[in-house]
Parts: sequence; C-alpha cells; structure tokens
Amino acid sequence: MKKIEECSKAIAEAVKLCNVKVIPIYPITPQTHIPEEISKFVNDGEFNSELIYTESEHSMLSAAIGASASGVRTFTATSSQGLAYTFENLFIASGLRLPIVMAVANRTLSAPINIWGDHQDSISVRDCGWLQFYAESSQEAFDTTIQAYKIAEQINLPVMVCVDGFNLSHVYEPVDILEQKQVNSFLPEFKPKFKLDTNKPITIGPVAYPNTFMQFKKQQQDAMLDSIKIIKNVNIEFKNKFKRSYGDGLIETYNLKGKKKAIIAMGSICGTIRELSNKLKNFGLIKIRCFRPFPKQELINVCKNLNELIVIDKNISIGNGGALAIEVKNALFDKKINVRSYIAGLGGKDITINDLEKALKNKEGWML
Amino acid sequence: MELKIGAIIEEPGNSLKNRKAGWRSFRPKWDKEKCTQCMMCWQFCPENAIHQVNNKRIETDFDFCKGCGICENVCKFKAIKMVKEEQ
Repeated sequence: MKKIEECSKAIAEAVKLCNVKVIPIYPITPQTHIPEEISKFVNDGEFNSELIYTESEHSMLSAAIGASASGVRTFTATSSQGLAYTFENLFIASGLRLPIVMAVANRTLSAPINIWGDHQDSISVRDCGWLQFYAESSQEAFDTTIQAYKIAEQINLPVMVCVDGFNLSHVYEPVDILEQKQVNSFLPEFKPKFKLDTNKPITIGPVAYPNTFMQFKKQQQDAMLDSIKIIKNVNIEFKNKFKRSYGDGLIETYNLKGKKKAIIAMGSICGTIRELSNKLKNFGLIKIRCFRPFPKQELINVCKNLNELIVIDKNISIGNGGALAIEVKNALFDKKINVRSYIAGLGGKDITINDLEKALKNKEGWML
Repeated sequence: MELKIGAIIEEPGNSLKNRKAGWRSFRPKWDKEKCTQCMMCWQFCPENAIHQVNNKRIETDFDFCKGCGICENVCKFKAIKMVKEEQ
C-alpha cells in the first residue's frame, strides 16, 4: 500500500515485516528515527521483537552479534561516530559469518564536528567484510532492507543498508509498503546454518593460528564474490514478485543508451543527476547500488561505449582521492575511458544541479 | 582438517586431539623425592596436565603443559622447579 512515509519509518516498517527478533539500539543523529519508530511498533504491541537499549554502539553491535549467534534474525542501526565506535565489532560480525543487517544513516565524522550527511562513515569501514548497499530513495531503502536479509542469510555475511543522513533518512515521500503476506512469500523463515544451542554445543570465536587464519579470510572473500550472483537473483525474484527492481541489483543505469559520457555516483544524489540528465540529454547516469562487493565486471560492461566518466564522491580518502573514483579507476584501468573525479557534498553540503553542470564541463576537483 | 565458516567448532572436546603445548618455554621439573603427594599442583594446574594414578600424581603430561609455573608456585615443598625448555 502506498503511503507518504519518512525513509527512517519505511526502514522500520521493513524490519517489522521481516519479523526481526532482536534489535539492540543506541540513538545517534541522523539514525535516531529508525530505532524510534521500531520502539514505537514494539511498545504499541504491533511488533513482537526484543529491543535491547544499550549504553553505546560498541555494546549495541556486541549484543547484535550475540543475538545473531544464537540463531535469530537481528537488526540494528547507527551513524557516523557510532559506526566508528563499534569499528572492531564490524570485523567480528563478518568474521563470525553472522547475517546481521544494519541500517547506516550516513553522516560525516568529526572534526570539525558536523552532524550532516556524507558517505565518510560507511566508506571508512568498506574493508570490514560487510556488504554495502547505498539507497537512492525511501522505496529503495525499504526494499533493500528486505532483500538484505535474503542475501545475508544465504551467504552468511552481514549487510549495511546505507541511506544519506537527512537528505534521505528524514525525507517524506511515497513508499509502497508491502503486506506481511507478500514479504513472507519472498523472505522465508530464518534457518541459521549454525547457532549457539545448549543441547548441541559448538564453539564460536576460537583463536585461529597463522596456519589457518588466511583460509578463513579467503572463505570470506569467496563468499563476498559469490554474493554478486545472489544479489542479482534476489533482485530478479523481487522484480518478479513486486514489479520493482534496481538495475541488475548491483549497478543501475539511466539514460545511458547511446551516450559517450556518464556521471557515476551512489545514494540520494542520483536523483538530482537523473533530473540533469533529462534536461541536458548528453550524458547518462551510472548508479553504484552495491559498493561491497564492488561490481567490477558489471561496471566494465556498462561502460563499454563510454569515453568519459565523471565520478561524484561524497567522501574523501585523504591522501589519495574519492573512494568510488579509486574503485572505478581500478576497474577500468586498461580501458580507454577518461575518468574524472569530483569530491562533493562533504559534511552535508548541498550538491545542486548547477554544481553538477560545472562538473560536466570542468576537469576534476572539489565542489566547494 | 575441514575449516567451517566463521571458524566454528562443532565437535566438543577436540582439544584432546589438538595438542597445544608448543609455546612452552619453561617446563616443570618434578622431584619425586621431595614430593609429599599433597596434590596442590594437581588441584591448581589450569590445563589438567597433572594426573593421578592410584591417588598418586605421575609425571606432568607434556602434551598439554603450557609451562605456566603455577605448580611450582603452589608447591609448599619445593618439589617442582621450572627449568628452561632446552635443558
């Protein structure tokens, strides 16, 4: 049913529909509305789930790891400093192969202190072994949260669903909220591949010596690469059931047919790029929906006929450049495509149509 | 050895097979003459590497002794002395 819904509430609705059993939470701007809405559902008796109000993000993800290890569907959400605070647990969740889903309302990191949105927080943890999806709209955030469980539980890896702080997390727009029956038909009951059970004891989290540690890391890398196929299949199944899809699940293009030039970006800024593309008609959009695993081959395929690519990064790997630009240049290193990198929207700075028009004309640089 | 995802161990008690005494740099040298069989070392050994036969302790099980020296510490009769592994 279509409703005018805030993105954060749409995510909360998705969590409810996924029958998540344990939700450890700790509030931080701009993620706060997500746990707030979930708490409301639980305390109004609409949603039978256990909330754990923790004293920090570090405890929050620790609790989620414990809950997930005991074999129940688990959700949590955070932003910025909170994500940084729970950094070490991110590696533990992925190393233990727990299918936790976490919403990240993207916000920059201090200092100078700033509560507004850019991708610095989740980009800074890109190497932690979590899948990362960047949603463009509330609808996509809702759909991706549901898909995330389906993907995570097949490959036993945790998933981050990233939404731009404020620019998306606080936006009200029409969202088609699925019925419980529909979600049940898409997302089966969670059957963990292993769990803590006193009747059948197992050890989780033992020490791995140098002779085995690398093999566990390779298992994670292999699972991450295998997930590309699973993401595509889940996208197709979702499309067949609910008539909505996001490109091939990893990468989406818009107005790209017959174009020589494209802007490549992630998240809510893609909406502005679509509008400019309709206006100028001389370039297309490539949206990276899934940043981890990075869709290398899929990117090469969609860039076949291009000779110019402008990368918009809402993050900066200081000392090199935008993280997405680094990935794109890496994927296209032997292709004859001129890749230009733009750093934009840091600390919540608006990226306007005018800014993007300049980026199309100029060389590379910063949208200051 | 099959490595399960997430490094989980499904089989309890497998430390009996996986002997992890390799990091020991000191080993307890047990002097049978001084030993009064008071069983303090047997009680305190955190690895259960000291066993009894007919209510008497026998030589430390060096497949499991990590060389922590707790037995030397609790022995009231100086019957246990930690010596360098190579000696």
